[in-house]
Amino acid sequence: MSALLQVRGLSVAYGKIEAVHQVGLSVEEGRIVTVIGPNGAGKTTLLAALMGVLPSRGNISYAGGDLAHVEAEKRVGLGLCLVPERRELFAAMTVEDNLVLGAFHRYRKRDKSINADFEQVYQLFPRLKERYRQLAGTLSGGERQMLALGRALMSRPRLLMLDEPSLGLAPLVVRDIFRVIAGLRETGVSILLVEQNARAALQVSDYGYVLETGEIAVEGPSAELASDPRVIESYLGLASGGAG
Amino acid sequence: MNSEIALFLIQDGLTNGAIYALLALALVLVFAVTRVIFIPQGEFVAYGALTLASLQLGKLPGTAWLLLTAGVAVAAVELVQALRIGAVRRVPAIVLHYVLVPSAIVVLAWWVAPQKPALTFQVLLALLLVVPLGPMVYRLAYQPLANASVLVLLIISVAVHFAMTGLGLVFFGAEGSRTPAFSDAHWKLGVLTISGQSLWVLGVSLSLIVALLLFFEHTIYGKALRATAVNRVGARLVGISPAMAGKLSFTLAALIGALSGVLVAPITTIYYDSGFLVGLKGFVGAIVGGLVSYPIAAAGALLVGLLEAYASFWASAYKEVIVFTMIVPVLVWRSFTTHHIEEEEE
Repeated sequence: MSALLQVRGLSVAYGKIEAVHQVGLSVEEGRIVTVIGPNGAGKTTLLAALMGVLPSRGNISYAGGDLAHVEAEKRVGLGLCLVPERRELFAAMTVEDNLVLGAFHRYRKRDKSINADFEQVYQLFPRLKERYRQLAGTLSGGERQMLALGRALMSRPRLLMLDEPSLGLAPLVVRDIFRVIAGLRETGVSILLVEQNARAALQVSDYGYVLETGEIAVEGPSAELASDPRVIESYLGLASGGAG
Repeated sequence: MNSEIALFLIQDGLTNGAIYALLALALVLVFAVTRVIFIPQGEFVAYGALTLASLQLGKLPGTAWLLLTAGVAVAAVELVQALRIGAVRRVPAIVLHYVLVPSAIVVLAWWVAPQKPALTFQVLLALLLVVPLGPMVYRLAYQPLANASVLVLLIISVAVHFAMTGLGLVFFGAEGSRTPAFSDAHWKLGVLTISGQSLWVLGVSLSLIVALLLFFEHTIYGKALRATAVNRVGARLVGISPAMAGKLSFTLAALIGALSGVLVAPITTIYYDSGFLVGLKGFVGAIVGGLVSYPIAAAGALLVGLLEAYASFWASAYKEVIVFTMIVPVLVWRSFTTHHIEEEEE
């Protein structure tokens, strides 16, 4: 089975400083793959490059095609979708409008199934339905993350990239979010999950990579990583207990 | 001053104010979406008015040649870019949009103009000739530097303004033009005479404002423009291309500008360089709204129109001075009431 996303020798530099160096990874259709690692390891940079928001060198092949000359906006149309760490919602617009805009590229293609997806997102996050006329900027942190996820799902992604979905959220909300992520597996979406909460990330995923100072340090099936002494020592020590 | 004159000045002020309000809305829109302070907005007013005047004389307007040239230039830029990344599939669409469609519009104008068609048709033709220049100007002048600072974009605007004024002189000559009124009707309302033309101006402006409101609230493209204004990164992540948003906002601005020109052409004599002052008054209105608020910008522009009408009655030599001095207290007031945000660069 060929991978949906295949990355080879990817490097991203800010000016002369290389934040991501020669990274290779792959995400298979329908799988959840996680990238864990400490702050500043280049996880966010990696996702931004995969989305096309940052320029990069190396080879990104997606669904059999090369993404080199495809702009970020066009990648959305191909089924790539990034939920960034800062959520990047449309704060001055309503919850409903945020969801509508999530499906922007599908309106352009006159996709008729958009309304059914609204119902699905509202079923997944009933809180959003209650607040559909409220401005996104007035939502709580957890609700914002739900809206960011909902907006991403409205684009019908094939590969969903999540950047620190648990960041800054209360433990109960984190549990909800991870439950939704695990549930997405049934819908056939592939997920690339970047997390600092390594324990929760390894529990929900099939395969994992550890990114340290811009390079892949360890990789393997998530269950093996979770029992790897190096990973336990650095990322699953007592301090990272909690949600999960 | 008696009440008759006062009422007349109000009518005059509101008529001009409606035009300034339209321009103010266009300026706020363009700034919100692209961070461009659109000084050449006024040139679109002049081009609209002068193109209509040429058509009424049965001549092919100079803007036809400008449309062709700009179209070919955009096509060249787009073709180079497409071929550099080997996207040969895009070639037919580029040629169609930027060469064939503008050519078709010019041929239509060339064929129809000498027959002096009905006024509605002339207006439509003038809009067809002028409005596509909006997105073309964006593509050529702004898009290559779309991520530059507001100041750099402002400098580009100044350059585009001078270029377009100069081209206006080349194409339309130094003489001014005034077109016949849309309607010669007059109504007596007590002491006040209401002219058909000012009703036209008010009616069209109001409909256009309502249409814009509906566009922004209820269409996916309107929402996409608002989204781009609110969060540029978020907009890209849902697949709204900044270039598309830029072209769309410039198309709207060009439409508003050209239509304003068509509306004022029967009221005032328009020269190749008249657009700048008209646009600047819209800009004063937009500044009252802090370049962010649509309703305050429109109200500010109406105020500018009224102020101008009364100023020209009491001290007509100082009319412009009085209007533009209004910006000083507004800026002082705004600098006290809004906290200053340093411009964020990515």
